[in-house]
Amino acid sequence: MKAAIVAIASLVALTALALLSPQWLVFMAMLALAKGVVVLGLLVLMRTGLVSFGQGLYFGIGAYAAALLSHHLHVADAAVMLLAGAATAGLVAALLGLLLAGYRDIFFAMLSLAFSMILYGVLVKSAALGSTDGFNLHARTFFGVALAPGVERRVFLIAGAVCAVVVALLVHRLLGGHWGRLATGVRDNELRVAYLGASPYRVVYVNYLIAGAMAGLGGALAALAVGHVDPEMTYWTTSGEFVFIAILGGIQSILAPFMAATIFEALRTIASQYAPNVWQMSLGLAMLAIIMFLPAGLWTLAERRRRSA
Amino acid sequence: MSTILPVAFDGIAYASWLFLISAGLTLIYGVMRILNVAHGSLYALGAYAACSLAGAWLGGGLPAAGSFAMLLLAAVLVGSLVGPLIERGLLQWMYGKDEVVLVLITYAVFLIMEDVIKLVWGVDSLLLPEPYALPGNFQLGGLPYPVYNVLLIALALATGLAVAGALYRTRQGKVLLAVIHDREMSMAMGINVSRVYLATFAIGATLAALGGAFTAPTIAVTPGIGVEVIVLAFAVVVIGGLGSLGGAALGALLVGLVRSAAVHYWPEAELFSIYAVMAMVLIARPKGLFAAQEARKI
Repeated sequence: MKAAIVAIASLVALTALALLSPQWLVFMAMLALAKGVVVLGLLVLMRTGLVSFGQGLYFGIGAYAAALLSHHLHVADAAVMLLAGAATAGLVAALLGLLLAGYRDIFFAMLSLAFSMILYGVLVKSAALGSTDGFNLHARTFFGVALAPGVERRVFLIAGAVCAVVVALLVHRLLGGHWGRLATGVRDNELRVAYLGASPYRVVYVNYLIAGAMAGLGGALAALAVGHVDPEMTYWTTSGEFVFIAILGGIQSILAPFMAATIFEALRTIASQYAPNVWQMSLGLAMLAIIMFLPAGLWTLAERRRRSA
Repeated sequence: MSTILPVAFDGIAYASWLFLISAGLTLIYGVMRILNVAHGSLYALGAYAACSLAGAWLGGGLPAAGSFAMLLLAAVLVGSLVGPLIERGLLQWMYGKDEVVLVLITYAVFLIMEDVIKLVWGVDSLLLPEPYALPGNFQLGGLPYPVYNVLLIALALATGLAVAGALYRTRQGKVLLAVIHDREMSMAMGINVSRVYLATFAIGATLAALGGAFTAPTIAVTPGIGVEVIVLAFAVVVIGGLGSLGGAALGALLVGLVRSAAVHYWPEAELFSIYAVMAMVLIARPKGLFAAQEARKI
């Protein structure tokens, strides 16, 4: 019930934002939303105790799948692009997950990193896909309705908001129930979970699949927002950014990834505007401060306030 | 047949470079359980310091051969000043945290150092071609090859032997091995673990800077050179089995040869090949080639 109220309120707020705010803010909100979806997927994975340093793989797959639709197949419908992004990424995650679900800790992180760097290596060298420059995409319709130039981004933001809210509600249900407790069990003591008759491998596999598909959706959203895809989306620094945002927000709440992604994008925009030479440094310092003083992420601030109230 | 020799030579030269960087990374991981992302910026810092020091040396009209000493000095300076600064100033408060959190802490350090480098040296490329050209070329299979690469190979060999010798033949090395094996027991036996950590991090940082300092003459030193290096070094140490010096050497050799073969026969696959090797090794041996067995905890 509470979740539904929050969902409706967020939808209304984001729709208002999409309709009323200037283009640059719409663009920023869209990027924050896209990254928020990716990080929410990462959060599902982190509930199992695993951190992927290769979510850039699925982010890139989602973006390229969406972009290739318009580039090669001349399908320029935004809804189809979003679906294709999530589905392609989910498919690849279903395959790689079979392997990765057997790995833990740093080796899971490193193998996922290796896969994302393989895709990066391929994309950088494939002239057909624009090599390091990538290529542009342009979504002209949405569910068959033609979009007037200028309002596309606003429509995409509303579409992105709907996607994000639906996904967030699903994740909320999933993690709030039996499955969420099972995931936490795998994180805390895998052997005991196995002893009690559940399969840790299966839990990790399904969560990996969910995280992959969500990163793909986020990638497609980002591609729509930027109107351009390039190999940088699969580079390790992009994956690092997602983990960074996840830690920034903390893994306890479904809203935290979106909040953290918004703060991250705002910080990045402001810092690169006013301090272009030290914007990375400000991020690094913020990160250190959070790890030292708020080990469970920014969300602890909200929690503390609620408890004292 | 005529190309095998150059491919092997290129591969070994690249492997030497990789080993110089990875040795420090694997040493720090082995002792401190930190996968140090900031290793990439220590590498970059070494390169920048080398440009400044050797540049000043050559600019002062001093004998050109001395610039090699300047490269070494740059690495030692970075290692003994910045290494302890990071360990004492930050990392020593973070021990005992989750491995992934430690990765993120060093990632934050990496972000900070990237900008510090830009603030100190600016964003323009620095060039230091003299030490590279100085030793001249030699002929291999009819093609000229720089003698500098032979020096690089020699340097990597000497470094590897020195680190291995220090680890297995000296008292301090054995103390280090004891700390790796059982930190708490070592403390109980009166070993100053905090000092061991400091020394390890300083040595690791020096090795990273050494790699950077001796790469500086071969490239244009630009912001961002550390970004690429760090994931290459990750690949190498993961292939070798984290924390194993011999593993890092073997990993570097494997990656070096595969990449060199790719560059010669299938240039498009250069980057791809390196990470494909990493993925294949991890699939075959999930903890790398020379991983230590770990007891399963319930």
